[in-house]
Amino acid sequence: MTSEGVIIRVSGPTVVARSMAGARIHNRVLVGEDHLPGEVIRLEADRATIQVYEDTTGLCLGERVEDIGVPLLAELGPGLLGSVYDGVQRPLHAIRAKSGDFIGRGLAAPPIDRERRWEFRPAVREGDAVGPGDVLGTVAETPRIDHRVMVPPGSRGTIREIRAGTFSVLEPVALLADGTAIPMVQRWPVRMARPCRSRLPPALPFITGQRVFDVLFPLAAGGAAIIPGGFGTGKTVVEQNLAKYAGADVIVFVGCGERGNEMTEVLTEFPALTDPSTGRPLMERTVLVVNTSNMPVAAREASVYTGITIAEYYRDMGYRVALLADSISRWAEALREISSRLEEMPGEEGYPTYLASRLAGFYERGGRVSCLGGEEREGTVTVVAAVSPPGGDFSEPVTQSSQRTAGVFWALDPGLAHRRHFPAVDWKKSYSLYIGAVDDWFRETVSADWTDLRQELMALLQREEELQEVVQMVGIDALQEQERIVLTVSRMVREHFLRQSAYSEADATCTPEKGYRMLKAFLSFHALCRDLLARKVPVESILALPVREELERMKELPGEGFREAADGLIARIAQGGGNR
Amino acid sequence: MEGVRRVSMGEMVEVLLPDGARRRGQVIEFSDRFAVVQVLEEPTGIDVRETRVRFAGSPARMPLSLDILGRRFDGAGNPVDRLPPVLPEKWKTIAGTPMNPVAREKPSRPIVTGISAIDGLNTLVRGQKLPIFSAAGLPAREIAAQILRQAGTGDGDPEPPTARRKFAVVFAAMGITFREASFFLREFERSGAAGHAVVFLNLADDPTIERLLTPRFALTAAEYLAFEHGFDVLVILTDMTSYCDALREIATAREEIPGRRSYPGYMYTDLASLYERAGCIQGRPGSVTQLPILTMPDDDITHPVPDLTGYITEGQIVLSRDLHRNGIYPPVDVLPSLSRLMNLGIGPGKTREDHRGVADQLYACYAQGRELRRLEAIVGEEGLLESDRRLRRFADAFEREFVGQGEQGRTLEETFEAGWKLLRTLPKGQLTRIRAEHVVRHYGDGAAGRAAE
Ligand SMILES: Nc1ncnc2c1ncn2[C@@H]1O[C@H](COP(=O)(O)OP(=O)(O)OP(=O)(O)O)[C@@H](O)[C@H]1O
Ligand SMILES: [Mg+2]
Repeated sequence: MTSEGVIIRVSGPTVVARSMAGARIHNRVLVGEDHLPGEVIRLEADRATIQVYEDTTGLCLGERVEDIGVPLLAELGPGLLGSVYDGVQRPLHAIRAKSGDFIGRGLAAPPIDRERRWEFRPAVREGDAVGPGDVLGTVAETPRIDHRVMVPPGSRGTIREIRAGTFSVLEPVALLADGTAIPMVQRWPVRMARPCRSRLPPALPFITGQRVFDVLFPLAAGGAAIIPGGFGTGKTVVEQNLAKYAGADVIVFVGCGERGNEMTEVLTEFPALTDPSTGRPLMERTVLVVNTSNMPVAAREASVYTGITIAEYYRDMGYRVALLADSISRWAEALREISSRLEEMPGEEGYPTYLASRLAGFYERGGRVSCLGGEEREGTVTVVAAVSPPGGDFSEPVTQSSQRTAGVFWALDPGLAHRRHFPAVDWKKSYSLYIGAVDDWFRETVSADWTDLRQELMALLQREEELQEVVQMVGIDALQEQERIVLTVSRMVREHFLRQSAYSEADATCTPEKGYRMLKAFLSFHALCRDLLARKVPVESILALPVREELERMKELPGEGFREAADGLIARIAQGGGNR
Repeated sequence: MEGVRRVSMGEMVEVLLPDGARRRGQVIEFSDRFAVVQVLEEPTGIDVRETRVRFAGSPARMPLSLDILGRRFDGAGNPVDRLPPVLPEKWKTIAGTPMNPVAREKPSRPIVTGISAIDGLNTLVRGQKLPIFSAAGLPAREIAAQILRQAGTGDGDPEPPTARRKFAVVFAAMGITFREASFFLREFERSGAAGHAVVFLNLADDPTIERLLTPRFALTAAEYLAFEHGFDVLVILTDMTSYCDALREIATAREEIPGRRSYPGYMYTDLASLYERAGCIQGRPGSVTQLPILTMPDDDITHPVPDLTGYITEGQIVLSRDLHRNGIYPPVDVLPSLSRLMNLGIGPGKTREDHRGVADQLYACYAQGRELRRLEAIVGEEGLLESDRRLRRFADAFEREFVGQGEQGRTLEETFEAGWKLLRTLPKGQLTRIRAEHVVRHYGDGAAGRAAE
């Protein structure tokens, strides 16, 4: 049922309209003569409070508000990959074609191209009984991604007709016995999680390509990680690196209340970069949802839901999807701004009291699932959210609430960032709760001593920490030779193993195999040093061993032939650290 | 205000005082019973009984044509140079509309500022927003003036002079003293920029509220010059702290729920609506580069004004009281300073092949040296290893020679040479952040390094 009301109040991004008795909460509405899109967020008698997805400047008392009777929906179908949307899934390229370089008002364009035709290959036959999630057929959306056209949740029946050939997304490709026509595109309310058959515990790692994460604080496919850090500590670079190099089939990147130029970087770089595992242009596996800091706040609030709905949709096809959100704090601030316009009772730091539950609801939409549908399929949505705490202080509500749900905490430290130690991961504050779940994979796939090496590394860093305290109090002379070796080796490990420059050609990403060999080499070097010391070789000569510089440049070795070079180096270290 | 019939959001209004004076205001909220009007000029004399309000029917707009070049306006866009009003070629609303992210062009043309701490370590590019984080008594405006001079001439920039665009400067003063404003005005004269400067002045004794409009007028002018007439525009916004204080004043007056240190919760969004108006657009020649200046209250970088600014801008140049006290000019603390667009503007063909490596290496060694300085204070010089002592001395020399270049500008080559001169005091093998072939090419015969060993 639709209804029509009139504006009786405007305050910031919110509008109150009268005579809206038929409206429902979360319904989409069109506000004013310009048809600004909005969403009903509160109802009292016949008054509806609406959050408007565009700037409300120019709205007048008495202008009409039209309820279109459906909630905010995401449009899902072939053609999503490679798209760039705003927070309410308006395609930004189409919007630019309409209104030029600056975003005009009240513009609408279909999220998925209506003209483009796709070759549909059916996977069912007439007479087959189908239900939600069953694959009706596939479309080669990109050379890598077979888009599985699925029976939408809620539909069920017997196939009366199934078509093959080229169709646009709105044309039906299947008819059910009851007459229901199913096109390639389906719609889903963004604020509702898409259903799955069952949720599964995470079992495989989500390979990030960053040594400090994969080795020390691994993330699981279907897990959730947060990256809290003050400004300039490297959250965006981490998110962009994940978008480039992480082991995932589909990436949904949500630029939520951040910079326009960062999106430009992604847009200009990605088409030129190739997916390391497939050799295809990166943009082909990417969907961008971009609502920059100067775009309307209400649309910013919606952007993370639009993003995660798209992510769930590809998960339902059985893919490994990553939802990268930069930054979830800007989403929370949008929520706060709208809440304060509603004059709700503020909680901590002015955030609404439901902040924690909304955040948890969002993170919980990630996960590893057994997908709907008759055929066994498993899909994952891995969520990685940047958190921007005011003043870099992690005790604030968004960090705290996120921390309660996310299994990985990658804390960034301004001190490290100032020294240009990137990724500026604070190894004392960071942790991963997935280690137990994913280490089997690393031990089986990379090396049986994977877990041992991690522990040795952590112990080394810990020991350095303690020794530093001693040095701070009484000077380096108080240390024994062995301890001075610990300081030197741990400094080497920090500088040349944990540090990984995003701008280095050879080292921007790192496979677990390469990371393992590097770590093995550094730790073997440590063993060698201890051994030489025991044989009374003076510290100075040990530290002047020629393998040292080789170790320090190891990360820059080209991928091709790395394995042989690394194994050679490890062997030479084992034999006493001589030259080649 | 009550009993308003026809009103629209953001509409400008004229408030007519009983004594005949007029004040401008803006509708910031309304309902069927009332409208909230924010008065944008001196509110003295407004009363409840006799003051009348006239609605203008549209939000604040600015008349624009190339005639704005060389003109001077108050903080609310009225000419104050005794010249006639600008004959408009077009009108634009000052709030601006967001640039479509897919229309942006990646900034990539460096501005060589002549300051080593910037050019060498935190390169500025056209279309960037790079604030100066200053504090009471630190020479932010001198640095801004130097950047202005260089951006205007393009001296040292890698692009050939023929490829350069027309240059304009837009200056927005918010709550600064007459003395400070005159410093900049003199600087425009001196550098020959006055003829292509557009000046908006809201001084310390001008109405606070007007300050909320000043940067919006300035940025509207800047966008017009850059994107409709192809100018490279440098926008100086000073002082952003006064701007934020004005924002706080209004929020408090409206009894809004205060956020951190009683600044309003939407300050991030508000600041973003200013800072994001920097950039370049595909297929259009001009650029808007922003150089906001702000004062960190109590030298505190976690204060909401620098904090939220840092979260929006593409880096920051942080000034240090310690360096200033030690007579180092420009007193740029390079560790917390950052240019996020640096990588787009450097490298072969733009600056030099070894730029990234040299910058990283200088950072790494200076950071270590600074830490060792702290350690030395506790354990004394004898408590340090010889290699550590070398790094400690490196840090001192770095501040004195590389950062503390004095008033004299440096060419890019001079900056790199200053960097390498310091790096040569360290053993070659220690320079692992620089690519081996660049070390071979630039380190020289290593006499200094051997001496060090
Ligand atoms: N892995 C990395 N390798 C090299 N440089 C890096 C890396 N990570 C960060 N940096 C440097 O740090 C700068 C700031 O990083 P980034 O923009 O990711 O910070 P941020 O945490 O997202 O900040 P904000 O919260 O303000 O958005 C980058 O521009 C880059 O110069
Ligand atoms: Mg960021």
